Amino acid sequence: MSRPTALAIAAAVNAGSSARVAVEASLAACEADTLNAVIRVHRDRALAAADAVDARIRAGERLPLAGVPIAVKDNICITGLPATACSRILKGYIAPYTATAVARLEAAGCVVVAQTNMDEFAFGSSNETSCYGPARNPVDPTRVPGGSSGGSAAVVAAGYVPVSLGSDTGGSIRQPASLCGSVGLKPTYGRVSRYGLIAYGSSLDQIGPFANNAADAEAVLRAMAGADPLDSTSAAQQMEPTRAGDALRGARIGWVEAHTEGLQAEVRAALDATKARLQAAGATLVPVTLPHERFAVSAYYIIGTGEASSNLSRMDGIRFGHRAEAADLRQIYGKSRAEGFGAEAKRRIMLGTYVLSTGYYDAYYKKAQQVRRLICQDYEQAFTTCDAILGPVSPTTAFKLGEKLSDPLQMYLSDIFTIATNLAGVPGISIPVAQDAQGLPIGMQLQGPMFSDVRLLAMARALTPQ
Amino acid sequence: MPISEQHVRHLAHLARLDLSDAEIASHAHDLDAIVGYMEQLTTVDTTGIDPVANVAGLINVVRADTPTALLPTAVALGNATSHSDHAFLVPKVVER
Repeated sequence: MSRPTALAIAAAVNAGSSARVAVEASLAACEADTLNAVIRVHRDRALAAADAVDARIRAGERLPLAGVPIAVKDNICITGLPATACSRILKGYIAPYTATAVARLEAAGCVVVAQTNMDEFAFGSSNETSCYGPARNPVDPTRVPGGSSGGSAAVVAAGYVPVSLGSDTGGSIRQPASLCGSVGLKPTYGRVSRYGLIAYGSSLDQIGPFANNAADAEAVLRAMAGADPLDSTSAAQQMEPTRAGDALRGARIGWVEAHTEGLQAEVRAALDATKARLQAAGATLVPVTLPHERFAVSAYYIIGTGEASSNLSRMDGIRFGHRAEAADLRQIYGKSRAEGFGAEAKRRIMLGTYVLSTGYYDAYYKKAQQVRRLICQDYEQAFTTCDAILGPVSPTTAFKLGEKLSDPLQMYLSDIFTIATNLAGVPGISIPVAQDAQGLPIGMQLQGPMFSDVRLLAMARALTPQ
Repeated sequence: MPISEQHVRHLAHLARLDLSDAEIASHAHDLDAIVGYMEQLTTVDTTGIDPVANVAGLINVVRADTPTALLPTAVALGNATSHSDHAFLVPKVVER
């Protein structure tokens, strides 16, 4: 990447360079977007914010992310700006409040330049369910950027912005990061406030950063992490200081035999090469098992769709969002929702309604919550013998647009390596490590125990020399 | 157990989604495949396992009951298609 890192921009702005320089460059890049990764650019607001950062620096303040341009996924609210989650049902919606994550980043000097494309309500693994049309992979525009945070992954990989925000419910940060070649972190559940994030699966959702290196990702996480009275599930645990020194020497890195199955040959080769690099760096490889992980896709799509069907019931056409013409209230609900939601959103609402409905709750929802406990216990057990677990993020590199769209179950199964992380609540990071024969990026994942985000970032830093 | 179109119509009613006949048929097909896959969970012995609702183990997080001006009425009404100066408007629900 020839463009400056977030930390380089912040250092320059803190030293007296104008925040406008980096912000102007990012605005121009976002305005020239050819990937449909950007759905809205906010030039006037961004330049005013850049001037405000300059004024704060002149007044003597020093800001950790001074003048750093950032792009934000369209399901994260910012006062006065549209927030649609790339759904027709929210077209025209103007957010009346700002997500805590964004408010904290702006306080730290970040400047929001654009909002990014995504799968509708984060329902997808390819960014193809967006009502704005698919975003494209910057490495090969005939291929998907991954999803659901496809736009946020693409804008960082393409160099429009040094950092962006996504959300990850079952892999929606890590999988697009892997497919586009950026670093993507799903923080520990509760690490970042969900206030102002349009809810998908409330017990699974986390906001997290994309960056071109782990140090930038850590700076963004650090600025937005921490307890928030506006999110009762946010965690009180403090972020530990940045880890200096060698994060890999002496580290015990777990790996799972089952994670080597069903991989594209080059992904398998990248996994083996990463293991060899870890060993060469002084880490010890430890075989571990996650015996219930093979049930994670089922448990996830029961819990996630159950929560989604409940969360999306607020889209009723009355208080906000699309309202259909109809004579009575019952028809307003049914028609507004039928006209407003896309096919995948309807599918997940129907599935969630099914698993929560009378007579099926115990067989599906409760059963999935029990399996979730077993998956949590698998991780706890594994982390008694290792400090982090290495594995693939996606079984394949970026696939072609349209390739998986017609078969929802196949699309769901492409999340196989990322969703157990969310069920357990632990942090996971995707690190670009290699490319396949066609030059498509390959990411590897490190997962760690609850609240080990800083240690995972230090390991990622060691694996991706700055 | 296959999911019938009649069952899908019932679910669509519960979800307040006015689906077309073509959508009902395609949802019946998709739900059948997805739920069929999920049947694998029946092979897991979960006897005596406590279900997880929250991975952080949080129970009854409370806060002081203090009024704040997070969302003023005018702002809250601003996104509604139909509203008066103090309320969301809907067609008459109660006949008398």
